Amino acid sequence: MSRISRWFAQHWVMGVALLVLGYLFLPIAVVAALSFNRPSNRLSYDFNEFTLDNWRNPCATSDMCDAVLRSAQIGFIATVAATALGTLMAFALARHRFRGRSGLNVLIFLPMATPELVLGTSLLALFVAGGVPLGFWTIVIAHVMFCVSFVVVTVKARLSGMDLRLEEAAMDLYASEWQTFRRITLPLVLPGIVAAALLAFSLSFDDFIITNFNSGTTVTFPMYVWGAAQRGIPPQVNVIGTAMFAIALLLVLATTLRGRRARRAALAAPVVVGQTGGRS
Amino acid sequence: MARDTPAGDLRLAHLTKTFGAFTAVDDLSLTIAQGSFFALLGASGCGKTTTLRMIAGLEQPTSGQVLLGDRDIARLRPYKRPVNTVFQSYALFPHLDIFENVAFGLRRRGIRKVDEEVRRMLSLVQLDGYERRRPAQLSGGQQQRVALARALINHPQLLLLDEPLGALDLKLRRQMQIELKRIQSEVGITFLHVTHDQEEAMWMADTVAVMNAGRIEQLGAPTDIYEYPATPFVANFLGQSNLIEAEVTGQDGDDLLLTGHGSRFATPRDRARAHAGGVWLGVRPEKLHLVTEVGAVPAGRNAVSGVLTDICYAGVSTEFLLRTSWGQELSVFTANSDPDAGLVPGTQVTAHWHPRHSFVLPRGGENETPSGDREPERIEAAT
Amino acid sequence: MSALAHLGSAHSAPGAPGGPATARRRHRFLPYLLLLPGAAWLLLFFALPLLQLAAASLYDPNGSLSTGYALTWAFGNYPAALQAYWPQFGRSFLYAGLALVLALLMGYPLAYAIACKAGRWKNLLLVCVVAPMFTSFLVRTLAWKTILSDNGWLVGLLRDVHLLGPDGRLLATPIAVVLGLTYNFLPFLVLPLYASLERLDQRLLEAASDLYASAWQTFRRVTLPLSMPGLIAGTLLFFIPATGDYINAELLGTPKEYMIGNVIDSAFLVRLDYPQGAALSFLLMSAILAVVFVYLRRAGTEEVL
Repeated sequence: MSRISRWFAQHWVMGVALLVLGYLFLPIAVVAALSFNRPSNRLSYDFNEFTLDNWRNPCATSDMCDAVLRSAQIGFIATVAATALGTLMAFALARHRFRGRSGLNVLIFLPMATPELVLGTSLLALFVAGGVPLGFWTIVIAHVMFCVSFVVVTVKARLSGMDLRLEEAAMDLYASEWQTFRRITLPLVLPGIVAAALLAFSLSFDDFIITNFNSGTTVTFPMYVWGAAQRGIPPQVNVIGTAMFAIALLLVLATTLRGRRARRAALAAPVVVGQTGGRS
Repeated sequence: MARDTPAGDLRLAHLTKTFGAFTAVDDLSLTIAQGSFFALLGASGCGKTTTLRMIAGLEQPTSGQVLLGDRDIARLRPYKRPVNTVFQSYALFPHLDIFENVAFGLRRRGIRKVDEEVRRMLSLVQLDGYERRRPAQLSGGQQQRVALARALINHPQLLLLDEPLGALDLKLRRQMQIELKRIQSEVGITFLHVTHDQEEAMWMADTVAVMNAGRIEQLGAPTDIYEYPATPFVANFLGQSNLIEAEVTGQDGDDLLLTGHGSRFATPRDRARAHAGGVWLGVRPEKLHLVTEVGAVPAGRNAVSGVLTDICYAGVSTEFLLRTSWGQELSVFTANSDPDAGLVPGTQVTAHWHPRHSFVLPRGGENETPSGDREPERIEAAT
Repeated sequence: MSALAHLGSAHSAPGAPGGPATARRRHRFLPYLLLLPGAAWLLLFFALPLLQLAAASLYDPNGSLSTGYALTWAFGNYPAALQAYWPQFGRSFLYAGLALVLALLMGYPLAYAIACKAGRWKNLLLVCVVAPMFTSFLVRTLAWKTILSDNGWLVGLLRDVHLLGPDGRLLATPIAVVLGLTYNFLPFLVLPLYASLERLDQRLLEAASDLYASAWQTFRRVTLPLSMPGLIAGTLLFFIPATGDYINAELLGTPKEYMIGNVIDSAFLVRLDYPQGAALSFLLMSAILAVVFVYLRRAGTEEVL
């Protein structure tokens, strides 16, 4: 009896954690299941009959694929712009002293702390007051705006974790300022920039609230889903949802596995080579 | 690569570096002969690393010159100087393999054929076959050697080593000290080695400069500095010294006569840096001999009596603490060639030494303390 | 030493062109140059719009999009908007608060288990926390519609054990909205919490139990206070978007569950009543800022921001 209660005392937290993870994954499982569903009618959300049709023919409703494509375009442009602007700012913040630093930090922090609703409505107010026609490019402008801060934070973290002596060592070894940047700084910061770009793309691709206020008649994928929710969801939406999940999961698993293999190799090396005492 | 570089001693002339109100390096002037192994020794925050960084070009001097041969390089960018550095924690490029790390300097200077030279360097530091590994896959000692090869491959006129062995454990450190000396005599490049480890400095360098508060306290061969320190700071930073407060009372031939705390002492004139007034009379603990009877002191030796307060057996030697009648504690080290079991705390003993083993230093400021076990002052490094 | 020969020919005069003096001068302007595009973008499309929103909230409420608005400093827009929509306002904070409590009950054990108990599975479990966000927010929320549907297994189960009456439902009730909010923003709470628990030195817990603290006391006196920064950051990251959300109320609720976001959405996009929408947006932002401020004062760690 006491052994059971001790086991329970040690493992109940993990048990709760796994239940919560189950809660987090339940809708994903439903989305995946519904992607194989032939719905009984357009407004039904229940599982009716197994079919592979949705996967065989994901663009049966062509509006939806257009919307996915448009989201990808917007995401791409917004990601490139936000990554460029944010990376430059991160370099300035991490590497230079200048006046107005704290003010700038507030300017970067506030968009992340402001409710999306307010970001969206305020931009709409500006565009309407300025007579700017709403559409593809107003969405891009809005997405760049809310992605920049996330890029700055991500790249800055990577930059400030970098050992400044590496750059000094490069200069000591005859690398000019530009060569130092090109050969040392950039390659070492690149993982941070890539992570920031991936984050920016996923934020942009999935954004609904801000887009909703600034899209005019342009339909992105989330906008399409929103509209379809009133009229009846085509099952292909679940195909897109499942595919997104699978692609992103594979990407993440691949990078973590690669990271782990590199770490394990690094740990094992001194043992294998072990010439000078095997300290690592 | 032929070694036809023009003769180039390194000369620092009135080099000064201030950070705000803090003076890290204060009007420093010294010359390091080409081909020598020079150690800059001091506690952390004494300005030794700042000096090194100014020579490397990583820090701009506030004033003064850094001359290599006849050329002032003080204001050149780091990559324009024929000087390379082995950094404190090596600063190996984590994203490049060992080969590319070592080849980095050659490639930056536009040299295409680096293969042979890189392999030669790796075998000099005994790392053949490690070309394609990443720095993270090497042990500390191996990384240290890569850092050395990466700097040496450029055949700099001057190699700077910033506490290069600080991250290694004791055994590996000894091994690398020997190896560094071997490599230095093999390549013949001037080595400027910055360290806070006095044993390492004495062991490796031809010339040692002891630095304190931005200035050089003493410069010379390790034996000269140890046997005849110039200041109380040096006397206690490099090994230990017993410093006894004394007054010069007269002369007797080549000997200076002193009185301290009622006892009389003698010291050869050429072992005294002050010849009148208040002085410190210094003697190293291992120069002292202990006897239990005052009559047993040989004639012509200096002697101090007291009570043993502590005895520490340290294997190769035994360390005694002797409390004098005026309350000062003197250290006495005796080699354990013939362990003396008769001495216990509380024993009345006399310590005696040959006059030529003592040294006399001027006693000026009140902040100088005679204590034999004073910790070197630790100021937070400004760099 | 052919390689060094060309180094030797480099200029040696102090202050020569390209020397450190010019480099330093160039460096003085460099940060501003780097900051300019990004800061300009944020000023133009974040700060300026907020000012425009403030102006719009003071427009003459009798104007319209077609006839044009006049800035008449109509402060009356605020009390009018509040009077008309205070239930939605209250509901926003009530639902977000309830969801926060639920999220804390679920998120703390989860973060703690990953940080302190997971061992080699740590990274995998962490990926599992983020993974649901890989799918579209809207698609996930719609999936809850299936889970909570009247014909679904969950409602059936709850009816069988009499937790729900024979006609009881989950969808289109406040429960569904709160569950949806909890679900959608839970990862934002877990991640910062995990980060601060992960940094927690396990030896502190051993030290506490060595000093006679029971498991509960160790948690109460050591773990919890040390995880405060993550807890505060996570709570804010959860609460701010949850309060402003209207997707869950729209998809999982009915107009009876509408939150302030639904009202603002319709003010701007359906009723085209800009002054009212702007006033409500500003009220929402000030209310959130006030809650955040009070919360930070209470928690005593203003440095978190």
